Parts: sequence; C-alpha cells; structure tokens
Amino acid sequence: MRPKGDRLLKPLVFLAAASPLLWLAGRALRGALGPDPVAEVLNRLGLYTLVLLLCSLACTPLQLVLRWKWPLRVRRMLGLFAFFYASLHLTTYVAVDQGLDLASIGKDIVKRRFVTVGFAAWCCLFPLAVTSTQGWVKRLGFRRWKALHRLAYLAGVLAIFHFVWRFKTALLEPVIAGATLFVLLAIRLIARRATAPRLGAKVSAE
Amino acid sequence: MPRDRKIPSSEITPLSAYLRRRDFLALGAAGAGALLLGGHSVSGAQKEQHGAKLPSVKQSSYTVDDKKTPFGDITNYNNFYEFGTDKDDPARHAGKLKTRPWTVKVDGECAKPKTFDIDSLISSSTVEERVYRMRCVEAWSMVIPWDGIPLAEVLKKVEPSSRAKYVAFETALQPENMAGVGGFNAIPFPYLEGLRIDEAMHPLALLAVGIYGEALPNQDGAPIRLVVPWKYGFKGIKSIVKIHLQETQPQTTWSQYGGGVEYGFYANVNPEVDHPRWSQAKERRIGEVFRRPTLMFNGYADQVSKLYAGMDLRKFY
Repeated sequence: MRPKGDRLLKPLVFLAAASPLLWLAGRALRGALGPDPVAEVLNRLGLYTLVLLLCSLACTPLQLVLRWKWPLRVRRMLGLFAFFYASLHLTTYVAVDQGLDLASIGKDIVKRRFVTVGFAAWCCLFPLAVTSTQGWVKRLGFRRWKALHRLAYLAGVLAIFHFVWRFKTALLEPVIAGATLFVLLAIRLIARRATAPRLGAKVSAE
Repeated sequence: MPRDRKIPSSEITPLSAYLRRRDFLALGAAGAGALLLGGHSVSGAQKEQHGAKLPSVKQSSYTVDDKKTPFGDITNYNNFYEFGTDKDDPARHAGKLKTRPWTVKVDGECAKPKTFDIDSLISSSTVEERVYRMRCVEAWSMVIPWDGIPLAEVLKKVEPSSRAKYVAFETALQPENMAGVGGFNAIPFPYLEGLRIDEAMHPLALLAVGIYGEALPNQDGAPIRLVVPWKYGFKGIKSIVKIHLQETQPQTTWSQYGGGVEYGFYANVNPEVDHPRWSQAKERRIGEVFRRPTLMFNGYADQVSKLYAGMDLRKFY
C-alpha cells in the first residue's frame, strides 16, 4: 500500500485543477464578473487552459531534471483538465460570445489567425483526450501513442500565439507563458541530445 | 432624436436613487439564473466614486434613445494605458492623477493662441448633456451621457487660420502619478490623437468634462477629454493638455504603433472594414450577453458621412 501522501496526490491535484472553475462559478453567482461578464469568462477559461496545459507539459521535464516521479502520475489528469477548460472556452466562444452564428464563426476561423491558431490548438488536444486511456495506449502501441501525444507541445505553441495575438500591445503574461513553454521544450531537447551520442557511438562501432 | 425638454427637474430621478435601483434589481434577480451570465455589478461588486455635481447642464438634441450604460460600468471598465492595460486598472490607479490646477494650451495655426484654465473654460461655456454611443475598437460598446462643450466652440475662440487643416491633441504626462508610465510602457507616451479640421468643427465632436451630470472621473479622462462618437473610442483622447492646429496630418499613437499593425488615422466605426485581427461587424454592448450588429459610423452616418464623400474608406480606415 502506498504512503498516505501518495494516496492524497490525485485528489489534491484534482481539487487544485478544478478550483479556478469553482472560483469563476462563485463570482458568476454573485454577479461579480465585472462590466463585460462574457469577455471575463472567456478570458479566464482561456488562461486556465494555458496554465493547465503548461502544468501537464512540465511533468516530464520535472522528472528529467529533478528525478521526481509523482508528476508523471498526475500528467494525464492535468492534460484532461487542460482539454476540459479548452472545451469550455471554445463552447463559451461559440454559444455565448458568437451566439451560435456558425457562418460568422466559420469566417473567423478561416480569416483570423488569432482564432485559427486557437481552434487548431483545441483540435490538437481533442485526439489526445480521446486516446488518454490505457486501452488506447495498447491499441496504438506505446511508440505511436507517444508520438501522437507530442501534439501537446504543438498545442502549447499554438495556444501561446493565440494568447499573444489577443492583445493590442506586447504584455508580460504572454511573454512569461512563452518563456515557460520554451524552457520546458528546451529541457526535453537537451535530454534527448544527451542520449543521442551513445546511439551515434553504437552506429560507428558496427 | 429631439426630446421633450420641458421635464421639470423635480421629476428627474436623482442620480443616487437611479443608482440604488440596482440594489432592488439585484435582490429581485438573485434567484434568477440570468445572473449567471447576464447580471453583473450587483452592489458591492465594483466601486463607484462620484465626482462633484456640474452646475447647469443644458439638454441637447444630439442624443440617442439607447439605454444608458450604468455609471459603475462606465467608471470601472476603461482603456487608459497610462494607468495600466487591464480594464480595471484605471479605476484602481487613476485617483492619483492631479487634475487641478489644469490648463489646456491651444495654439498653432490660429490668430489668438490661448491657454485655458479648466475651471474658467467650464464656467464660461454652456455645458451640454449628450447621450452618445461609444464603440471601442475592441468590439464592445457603451451608451454614455456625456456633459461637455462642443470642440468647435473652443477652437473658434482661438480663430483658426486657413492653414489649420488638422488638429493635434496631447494627453497629460505625469509619470509619478501614472502607474503604467515608466518601466515597461505598453505604448509610447504621451498619448497623441488627431482630427481633420472639418471633423473637429463638426457639431458632434465634443470636449467632455463630465458624465451623468458629474465632473468627469479620472479614469474616464478628467478633467477634459475628446468624444468623437462616430469614431472608435481610442480617438477620444483623455486628460487633454495641448491642442495644436497645424497644416499637416498629425502623428497619432495607435496609427504609429508597431508600424501600423493596429488602426489608421481616421478610425471611423465601420462594420465592413475589419481590425487586422478581428471582425468589426458586431459588438457587445456592455450589459448585454449577445452581440449586436455594428452600425456604419456608429449610427451617425446621416450626420457625418458627407465628411468622407469620395474617400475610399478601406484605404483611409
């Protein structure tokens, strides 16, 4: 049996990941979302998506650098939460912000790079959420499953551009988010290169 | 648009009572699911700081019948980058702006350049109430009861010469009082705006000194700001200290920004000309959930379209 801290890990992370939504719902019920509640909900959900996505992408680098094992156990949950917030964000945009005006939404997706990359990011996350179960890992085979799930990084890059293009001026938050993603990617690439020479040595020996 | 001007003042709901009605509304709506998205700014949710009451405000026929945006929303949802880039930053930080003594220097191509003291300017002018639509370039809108002086009246006092083809405006710069100035500046300061002289002389162009019959709150551009209701909101430069008449088209902050990635000099509200990154066809009126169509020249086409006869509005956007 696992130690108590271990058993508490998943419920605690679940609670932490769900808390922004509870907080937002609380503000909505109190009517405290400010003068433009639709924009507030949309922007908050977008921000939560990005934060959860970055958290899920941080699990492997944390294991690589600090040798922590526990982040890997909550990686799937964090990724699914990212997809959950992304879907709420998209639904708010489609159903409330655009009032289900499908023609206008289609035009936005095709014409506006800001909307295009946002929608593309959601499209990247969708197959990852579907194939997040053990059954799908078996069905695809681990190598193919892992290759597919590298889409999470593409989703991250697209989400950053979506965030940057939202603003009229250069702002600190998108820069912080972009730098975080860059560091997470860099750690993986360095870790890969560190293992590469060994492979090269093998080839030359043969 | 003319309205009955014979309403006795005793029948006009006092502002305080008008604002209190929100509490009753909030109580009634508390159980309703509408609160989830539609309801907002229930008492306590945002601060309302009221200014001094303006003496004698004249009703004007330049008024629309749209439902007015509540005082709390007009004063808690602002773009005023000198105080930060979030919508609630100006309400939090603009209190530090020093608005007295305040002068507005009007010079350049004119016979009688003059520096106006704000209080003498207000007391020597007829302040009119005008309910205007305000359409932000970010695709949201409000309906604001401004109190102000027609810009043309002020310009006539300095007697513009025939070489005065344009009017340049400049916002005050008080770095020590402006939380968004110094360090990381989102945009270059001071903020600059401009109009063509015929736009500036148009009767709709207003120098606002108040809203809802009260002195203009700092976050809305105290003590004096421009309102050009047929143009996007950013043309309405706030906290003006300089007005310069000149022969050449002035440099303006947003038309220069990033080599022109934002918007052009004219910035007339036009549902057919998109912002580089989003559509301008629709807007969300603050207080409403779903978007409504944006009107050509923000609904002021009858009054202003002749100013742009023969111009390609896609080119001069």
